[in-house]
Amino acid sequence: MTQNRILIRATLVAVSAFLTGADSAPDRWSQAELATLQSLSLEELEPIPSDPTNAVAGHRGAAALGERLFFDTRLSANSAVACATCHQPDRTFQDSIPLGRGVGVTSRRTMPIAATAHAPFLFWDGRKDSQWAQALGPLESEVEHGGTRALYAHAIAAHYRAEYETLFGPLPDLSAVPPSAGPLGDEPARAAWAKLSDTQRTDVTRVFVNIGKAIAAYERRIEFGPSRFDRYVSVVSAGHSGRGILTKEEIAGLRLFLGPANCTQCHNGPLFTNNEFHNTGVPARPGATMDQGRLAGATAVLRDEFNCRSQWSDAPRRCPELEFMMAGDHALGAYKVPSLRNVAERAPYMNAGQLATLDAVLDHYNRAPAEAAGRSELRPLRMNARELRQIAAFLRTLSGPIVVNGRMAVREAH
Amino acid sequence: MNETSHGKLLKTTCGVVTLLLALGAVSPALAVPNPLRRAIRLIRGTGVQKPPAGEFGLGPRASAHGRYVATLTPDRQLRPRRMLSVRVTVMDGNGRPVSDASLTIAGGMPEHGHGLPSRPRVTRNLGEGSYEIEGVRFNMGGWWEFKVSIEAGGLADTITFNLGL
Repeated sequence: MTQNRILIRATLVAVSAFLTGADSAPDRWSQAELATLQSLSLEELEPIPSDPTNAVAGHRGAAALGERLFFDTRLSANSAVACATCHQPDRTFQDSIPLGRGVGVTSRRTMPIAATAHAPFLFWDGRKDSQWAQALGPLESEVEHGGTRALYAHAIAAHYRAEYETLFGPLPDLSAVPPSAGPLGDEPARAAWAKLSDTQRTDVTRVFVNIGKAIAAYERRIEFGPSRFDRYVSVVSAGHSGRGILTKEEIAGLRLFLGPANCTQCHNGPLFTNNEFHNTGVPARPGATMDQGRLAGATAVLRDEFNCRSQWSDAPRRCPELEFMMAGDHALGAYKVPSLRNVAERAPYMNAGQLATLDAVLDHYNRAPAEAAGRSELRPLRMNARELRQIAAFLRTLSGPIVVNGRMAVREAH
Repeated sequence: MNETSHGKLLKTTCGVVTLLLALGAVSPALAVPNPLRRAIRLIRGTGVQKPPAGEFGLGPRASAHGRYVATLTPDRQLRPRRMLSVRVTVMDGNGRPVSDASLTIAGGMPEHGHGLPSRPRVTRNLGEGSYEIEGVRFNMGGWWEFKVSIEAGGLADTITFNLGL
């Protein structure tokens, strides 16, 4: 009997070692796992890709002008909304509320800005294909900045003439352009726009586009700084133990993140995003109208007045992202995969802030509920409460500073 | 059941469980028989069978029915998320370049059940059996299939490259 008891005990040890392998040696990684860890490190991030569609993308003066415009509330219908109203520097350039609030309320969660220069498509549905085209969207949205392109052109002429002309050449004569006019404004603004000559419309739109290009030049310089996770990877890559940097629980969570939780299927690379669009079955907000997600975004970006192929692009003949873009039925209900860097700092979550906490997000992935539209790609993870806590603990190690213009300091919102 | 047969049964059960777990733990590294490997995968929750290392690479690789052989030459190192151009060089069964083929590209990740994230296609016939494929992207590390379907002179066949990123 004693022999049998030893045998049973030995088998139980083997079973538990197999099932919880991570716990016995939490800090030991195979060569393949180490390679995956390194692929997630910020050190692996490629240099900021050039943006040939924006001739001033790399221009310091444009970035300086763009920064001032980003914080300027005069670029709005009520002189109270700037880009920084929702993209708050002290909140990792987001606003911590479910739906963005400008002059009205949007239908989507404000997205953070850091490292968006690496993204081929912007917004939750990817309806824009450059940072400058993205920046123009909220300016003309009736619920965000609420103004018109004529209003913005006049604001540049009144407050930024010298800076603008240094970068882009002489401002056009706007004396005959009414204070508010634009193709997307309210009825009077659209009527005023219709009365303008083609030359006037082109002149106003060019100034408007250059506002976007200056803001993009600034936004390109907003990047992620290293997190505790990055320091851990650097230390274990050098062959040392990282136990002093991450706790046992965080390392266990990292192991689940890389393995059975399947997180890296979408959240991969140094930015923890594959830059694609996926349907994860997130429920719609109560009372929200049907949102097609990427299906509508893919159509919109191909038709966008300011896309890579447009007359406003500085490189309209080379647009591989549009040319080889995937679009189809699978895009229904799909949304952009956000970076997980600083994820713990930016609750609530998902495309309309539907999930209030990180725990709620993990519970969602664990249960994989039926989709609101299209077809969810999730399968239940069937993890226990302890494992979910470990993953949440790991995700908190991805917090780090936001780096603007190569400096860790951030400017306070006005 | 007397004490002796009870003990035997226990020993056998414990032995089998331990053996299975041991095989499960080392199965990626060892030549475990396929049916057992599949059983272990079922227990451990992965699906499709990844081909052996020798089946991976940029070629030369033969098509399913042996009609063509092709080699891939990417313009940059294959890394996840970057958009690449890939030159494909197609030969017939006798090693002669196939210069008038029509090529279509497909692929995906069999282990994850998804296709390619972009729509790559041939943008130029470079002559001498070479073609330029643009818009190639792989959006994560791991095992990818990259399928080149070739049609020339009424003969169609597909080459499946296994790529490890």
